[in-house]
Amino acid sequence: MPFIPHTQADVAAMLERIGAPSLDALFDEIPAELACGELAGVPRALSEMAVTRLMQGRAAQDGYYSSFLGAGAYEHHIPAAVWQIVTRGEFYSAYTPYQAEASQGTLQVLYEYQTMMASLTGLDVSNASLYDGASALAEAVLMAVRANKSGSRVVLMPATVHPRYRAVVEATVKNQGIELLAVPYDPATGVTDLAALESLGAAAALVIPQPNFFGALEPVDTLCDWAHARATLAIAVVNPLALALLKPPGLWGAKGCDICVGEGQPLGVPLSSGGPYFGFMTARQALVRQMPGRIVGGTVDLDGRPGYALTLQAREQHIRRSKATSNICTNQGLLVTAATIHMALLGPEGLKNVALASHANTRALVDKLVSLAGVLRVFAGPFFHEAVIRVNTPVAEVLRALRAQGILGGYALGGDYPELADCILVCATETKTEDDLDAYRQQLERILGRRHGRDPSVPPCAYK
Amino acid sequence: MLIFEHTQPGRRAHAQAPIDAPGAPDLPAELLRQLPPLLPQASELDVVRHYTRLSQKNFSIDTQFYPLGSCTMKYNPRACNTLAMLPQLLARHPLADAETGQGFLVCLHELQEMLKEITGMAAVSMAPMAGAHGEFAGVAMIRAYHDARGDSARREIIVPDAAHGTNPATASMCGYTVREIPTDRQGNVDLNALKASVGPHTAGLMLTNPSTLGVFEKSIVAIQKIVHEAGGLSYYDGANLNAILGRVRPGDMGFDVIHMNLHKTFSTPHGGGGPGAGPVGVSERLRPFLPIPYVLEDRGAYRWAEEDDCPRSIGRMSAFGGNMGVLLRAWVYARMLGGRGMRRVAEFATLNANYLAAELRRSGFDLAFPERRASHEFIVTLKKLKDATGVSAMDFAKRLLDYGFHAPTTYFPMLVPECLLIEPSETESRETLDAFVAAMVQVLEEARMQPEMVKGAPHTLPVRRLDDVKAARELNLTWKPG
Repeated sequence: MPFIPHTQADVAAMLERIGAPSLDALFDEIPAELACGELAGVPRALSEMAVTRLMQGRAAQDGYYSSFLGAGAYEHHIPAAVWQIVTRGEFYSAYTPYQAEASQGTLQVLYEYQTMMASLTGLDVSNASLYDGASALAEAVLMAVRANKSGSRVVLMPATVHPRYRAVVEATVKNQGIELLAVPYDPATGVTDLAALESLGAAAALVIPQPNFFGALEPVDTLCDWAHARATLAIAVVNPLALALLKPPGLWGAKGCDICVGEGQPLGVPLSSGGPYFGFMTARQALVRQMPGRIVGGTVDLDGRPGYALTLQAREQHIRRSKATSNICTNQGLLVTAATIHMALLGPEGLKNVALASHANTRALVDKLVSLAGVLRVFAGPFFHEAVIRVNTPVAEVLRALRAQGILGGYALGGDYPELADCILVCATETKTEDDLDAYRQQLERILGRRHGRDPSVPPCAYK
Repeated sequence: MLIFEHTQPGRRAHAQAPIDAPGAPDLPAELLRQLPPLLPQASELDVVRHYTRLSQKNFSIDTQFYPLGSCTMKYNPRACNTLAMLPQLLARHPLADAETGQGFLVCLHELQEMLKEITGMAAVSMAPMAGAHGEFAGVAMIRAYHDARGDSARREIIVPDAAHGTNPATASMCGYTVREIPTDRQGNVDLNALKASVGPHTAGLMLTNPSTLGVFEKSIVAIQKIVHEAGGLSYYDGANLNAILGRVRPGDMGFDVIHMNLHKTFSTPHGGGGPGAGPVGVSERLRPFLPIPYVLEDRGAYRWAEEDDCPRSIGRMSAFGGNMGVLLRAWVYARMLGGRGMRRVAEFATLNANYLAAELRRSGFDLAFPERRASHEFIVTLKKLKDATGVSAMDFAKRLLDYGFHAPTTYFPMLVPECLLIEPSETESRETLDAFVAAMVQVLEEARMQPEMVKGAPHTLPVRRLDDVKAARELNLTWKPG
C-alpha cells in the first residue's frame, strides 16, 4: 500500500480499540446508496520505477528549445544552491507558519524577503506573496478602490499592460462593480498615450507598467504625477529584475507610486510551463492595513529575544471572514523562499549585471534581426530586454519554421493586438550566447529568403 | 542573525552572475536607479549556510508529526518532486506552442480526467492556484450561471457557521452577501434554519463535507435538494476530500461545483504556505463557465482551451494557466496510488482518526461529538481544563511543540470552545499515534500540576512564546541597517 504503513496486525488491533468490526464499518454514517464503487477511470497503480520511466519518456519527448520568448516569463540562470535548499524537507513540507515558535525558519525567510522587495521597489512594506503577477495586479486594483477615499470604482488600465494581466483583473473585479477603462498607446513609441489619458480624467487608480508589455519604457514620472494631481492612486506593475537597473517605483515622480506589484518569476523561479510562480506586492506604509495576504512582523519572545510572527491578521479571511481584504489563504511561500535565496546569492551587483547582460543580448539580437531585409523595429524609444519586430512574412509561418529548427522565435502579438498582426515580441536574456543569436538570425534569413525567393542558395535546414 | 548582517561590501557569489556587464547607454538617465537595493553582499557559502540553518528552525512533515486539522499534512512523496523537476519540464516556456509540450500536456490531461472520475463531475479545470482561488472560480461560475439566465435577484450565498473563513470571504469577493446558518448539536447543518433561509434571493450554498467538525453530513442529499428547489446552486468545498476519496463522490450527491485542494488530498507540499492548486469540477450546466485554460484532447493531440474555445468562461485566473509544477506532482501521486490506492487513503485516514479519537477519549479527553463517528479528523475540547486550571487550548498546543509534535489546529471551528481539531492522515503509523497520545496525556498532567509552566511553553524551541500584540502594534515589517 503506497505510503500507508499499517500492517494487518495494526489494522486488527486498531479496529479492536475503536470497537469497529471492519474498515467499512468506519463509514457507517455515510448513506449507503451514495457508495461509488471502483474508480474505473483511474489507472492502476505504478511503482516509483515505472512512473519514473513514464515521466522521463514524456519529458524527453518535449525536449529543449533555444527560446527567445519573454512576454512576462523569463529564462534566467538559477544557482544550483537555490532549489537544493528550497527542497529541503524542512522548507518543502512545512505548513503555513501559524505556530510561529515552530516556524522561525520560514518566518525569518519571509521577513528577509519583505525587506528585499521593499528596497527593490523603493516602498515601505511588502506582503509575503500572492499567486502570480496577474492576480497580484487584480488584488492591487481592489486594494486601490478600497483605499481611495473618492469612492470611484473606475481604474485606468493602459493597453500596454500584459494582455493576460488585463484579462485576470477583469475576471477578478467585474463582480464588484469595478470598471476598467482602457488607455490606448501611441503607435509611434509603444507607450501610453498621454493625450488619451487626459481625456479619461481622474479615477480610483492608474496602472503603470514598467517596462510595458512591448518592452518599451513608459514615462513613469509623468504618469505617476498625472495620477497624483487627480487624487488617483498610482499602481506600478514591474519586472523585479529590471529594478536592479531602473528607477524604483517608490521614487517615480514627486511622490512615488502607492502600490507596486509584479511577477516574481525572474527571481529564481524556473519557467515550468507557467507555474508555480509568485506575485509580489509592496506599498506605502499608510496602505498596509488595506493589503491582502500574509505579512510577517518582527517581535520578541517572553525572554525578550527577537523572533518573527504573522501579523495584522485581522485583515485576513480566517479572522474577518466576509469582511476580509481578500479571500487569499494559501500563497506561494516556497517560491518566495527561492527568490530570497536567489537575491541573496546574486546581491545588488549580480542582479544588476544579469539585467544589463539580458538587455545587451536583446539589443544585439534586435540589431542582427533588423539588419535582414524584411525585418523592422516597430517602436522608437528606449526599451528594456524585450522589443517588437515586424516581419514581411506571416508570423505564424515564421514561428513554425523557426520551431522546426529548435528555435522559439518569440511571441506573436496579433492575437492580442490585431494592428500588430505582423509583429513578434522578442527577448534574449543573459542565458543566450552570440552563437544563439546568430543561429536565430541565420534561420530567420533563410525563412524570409525562401519565402521571397531572394536567396535560393541558402540551405533549407541548417540545424536539427 | 539576518542575511543582511552577513554583508561585507564588495563580497559576492562570483559564479552566479556576469562579473562584468556591458553598460546600457541607450537607457535615459532619468529612468535609471541611483542607489543599489538593500540586498546581501555575501559569499555562496555564507548564503547556503544561513538558509540551511534557518530551515533547521522549522517543524515539517519530514521531521515531525503534524496532526493539523483540516490541513491534511500527509507525507509528500519525494518522487513527485524529483519527477516534476525534470530539466525539460522546468525549462519549458508557458507561451511555447502546444506541439512543444505534448508530453507535459498528456500528464495534465490524465490528471484532469482522473479528477473528474474521483469527484463524479462533468468537467474539470485546473486553472485555480489554491483552494480559495478555486472557491472564487466556483462562486463566480454560480454567478455567471444566474446572470446568463437573467436571474439577477439572487444575491445571497448561504454558509454554515462551521465553514472555513475563505467561504464567506469568497462570496464577498464575488459581490454576494453572506447568510450564515447554524449547526445543530450533532454537528449537522440545521435543516430548519436552511429551509427558512432559502428563497428567490438564494444564489447558492457553500458546504464543506465532511464538515470542519469532523463529521459527515448525514442529510447531504436533502440539503442539496433544498437549495436546488429554491433555484440556488450547490457548492461542495472539497477541503476534506481525503476523508471520502474513492468511497463517495460529490457529483453523485448532486452538487454543481467542487474545488479540490491538491496540496491536501493529493499530497503536494505545503511549502511553508504554498504553492497549492485548487482545481474545480462542475456539473453539466456550469461547464460553459469553467475558468480557462484547461486541457483539450483532439485525436491524441493536446492543447489549452482558450478564450475562443469557451466564450462564456468566467475568464482567466492567472497569466500563465496555473501552478503547473504542483499539478505534475499531483499527477505522479495519483499514478502511484491508482484507483484502489485512493480508496485506501480514505480508509486509513479514517482508521487513524477514529483510533486516535478512541485512545484520547480513553485517556480522559473530551470529544466534541463523542456519539458521532469521526471522519478523517475530530475535535477535542479543553474547556473543562481551561475552567479548572486556566490552561488554554493555545497553551496546550504550545507545550506539545516541546514534545516534538506540531500542534493540532486551535480555535477552529470557532463554535467549539477551547478546541483542538486533530487530523492524523493515513501516512502515520500506529506507533506515532501512540506516542502522540502519550504526549497529550503528559501535557494534561502538567496542566493540572504545573499550569504556569504550560502557560509559558514552548521551552525548548528556538524562541519562546512570541508577543503577537507587539508585532501588530509596533509594526516592524522590514529590516533597517543600524
